[in-house]
Amino acid sequence: MAATPEGMEYLERLPRRLVTLYLPLAIMLFVLLFPFYWMGTTSFKPDEELYDYAHFNPFLVVHPTLQHVRKLFFETSYPSWLINTMIVSVASTAISLISSVFAAYAVERLRFTGARYVGLAIFLAYLVPPSILFIPLAAVIFKLGLFDTLWALILTYPTFLVPFCTWLLMGYFRTIPHELEECAMIDGASRLQVLWMITLPLAVPGLISAGIFAFTLSWNEFVYALTFISSSENKTVPVGAITELVEGDVYHWGSLMAAALLGSLPVVVLYSFFVEYYVSSLTGAVKE
Amino acid sequence: MTVEIETPARLAPQEDRTAGRWWDNPNVLGVLFMAPAAAILLVFLAYPLALGFWLGLTDASIGDPGRFVGLANFASFAHDAVFWLVVFNTIFYTVVASAIKFGLGLYLALLLDRRLPFKAFVRAIVLLPFVVPTVLSAIAFWWIYDPQFSILSWTLMKAGVISHFIDFLGQPWNARFSVIAANIWRGVPFVAITLLAGLQTIPPSLYEAATLDGASAWQRFRHITFPMLTPIIAVVMTFSVLMTFADFQLIYAITKGGPINATHLMATLSFERAITGGRLGEGAAIADAMAPFLVGAVLFSYFGLQRRRWQHGARD
Repeated sequence: MAATPEGMEYLERLPRRLVTLYLPLAIMLFVLLFPFYWMGTTSFKPDEELYDYAHFNPFLVVHPTLQHVRKLFFETSYPSWLINTMIVSVASTAISLISSVFAAYAVERLRFTGARYVGLAIFLAYLVPPSILFIPLAAVIFKLGLFDTLWALILTYPTFLVPFCTWLLMGYFRTIPHELEECAMIDGASRLQVLWMITLPLAVPGLISAGIFAFTLSWNEFVYALTFISSSENKTVPVGAITELVEGDVYHWGSLMAAALLGSLPVVVLYSFFVEYYVSSLTGAVKE
Repeated sequence: MTVEIETPARLAPQEDRTAGRWWDNPNVLGVLFMAPAAAILLVFLAYPLALGFWLGLTDASIGDPGRFVGLANFASFAHDAVFWLVVFNTIFYTVVASAIKFGLGLYLALLLDRRLPFKAFVRAIVLLPFVVPTVLSAIAFWWIYDPQFSILSWTLMKAGVISHFIDFLGQPWNARFSVIAANIWRGVPFVAITLLAGLQTIPPSLYEAATLDGASAWQRFRHITFPMLTPIIAVVMTFSVLMTFADFQLIYAITKGGPINATHLMATLSFERAITGGRLGEGAAIADAMAPFLVGAVLFSYFGLQRRRWQHGARD
């Protein structure tokens, strides 16, 4: 439980660090990573090995195979789920980012009458969980004739993305000095020009943070996609994996795990390139 | 000379012109800039929220707008044993999972705050369970909890701890703790990384001063780390409680509420009654019943934020 700051750690001996730091950290990392290892080994094990613990050590892959991946891509609609998820995530992220930039700029910089309350309302909107919205939202989607189309998802994902992105960008705009904008306005720039030529270029890191986080949130979304989409070819990866691959009594664990692994890959790759941005948006949303 | 005379002469009309341009008027422009976000949030968030409360007061079903039935849906819950079981499940799930997530998350944050080789890399790895789509990792847990081929049971049997495979998802209490474990696995990284960000804002000089005065590691934690971290803990835990209370994906993927409703949460029950069962009104009423808890969490968060403002100097 030692809350030792870095500066004084030279006082610690190695055996002590081993017990109080490395060992607990190693256990935690093992537990956090094991499901991924298990996902990976299951995906590449042939069925004979998968269900025979007596002859094969379950932790190892003896004869790696791509049969589960092949099955996924050629015998199910998995490729179209991947494409759908990609389309929905990119489109809803783009819509959310654009509307959030304007909203955040308006609340934070224009300071119109009632801006404070709008800011508070956006924060409250951020706290509404999709699981209490999906029933009435299904009725709205149905009335608009969007049921079972990708538009249903593209237009509803911004309900949780816009509050998040706006909140994050408000915090980011706050860090950009007023003086820069004032200089531009004295030189005759309009508000729109100021936003486009001064504020946005300075806010690029904030835009990347918000964009990455919004993309992963849309990729992970489940409740709306489960409720608003019914036909197989319109499903997203999470919904398709759980509803279409587990039909019948026999679970095809190999292809299920391959679906989970490949479905996670795009977000993990994106995350690995932009870890710092992702973390700053995660912590920024909580800190502000 | 010329410059001195020219400047005021040029400034005055410029000022007038700016004030007169409607597209630079903050209120006009504010409305314009807010329009896209407001349109999305009003149509797909505010309106459905209101509609949800209305639906809870009707006997609507899929394809039938239904009639106003007052509080009949809520009154029917009074004799609905499943509903009360689910309320219990939800509270149990939220309290146990959040408490453990907080404990482990704070512990992990304190570990990560110390001097470590490959610190950035370790931190990036720790967050992975939070980044990966919940449903997909939940399917992995489902497989880990398999009654016949569970790797956990196999390992424990090899180690001689148990004599037969554990029925993780077949027994009510086993199933409850199994889904709680999966939820903790997913939630700890979020708590740890956000608290770590909070820990990094605490000035090291405080610890140095305390150490010079002879404070022990526990005293430093108790009297420096914890008080400095309280505001961010309040916010992080509000988010965590909110997400856990409204959890849907994990349950839907691993148990679908079984066995005999032992792991059903309010969100999954409302889905089952409204979408699977087609009784929209009843499902909406269950979702409405979640609202008071959520409002409580929001108020808690609000006061947490207030306190932070007060500590760090308000900026508004």
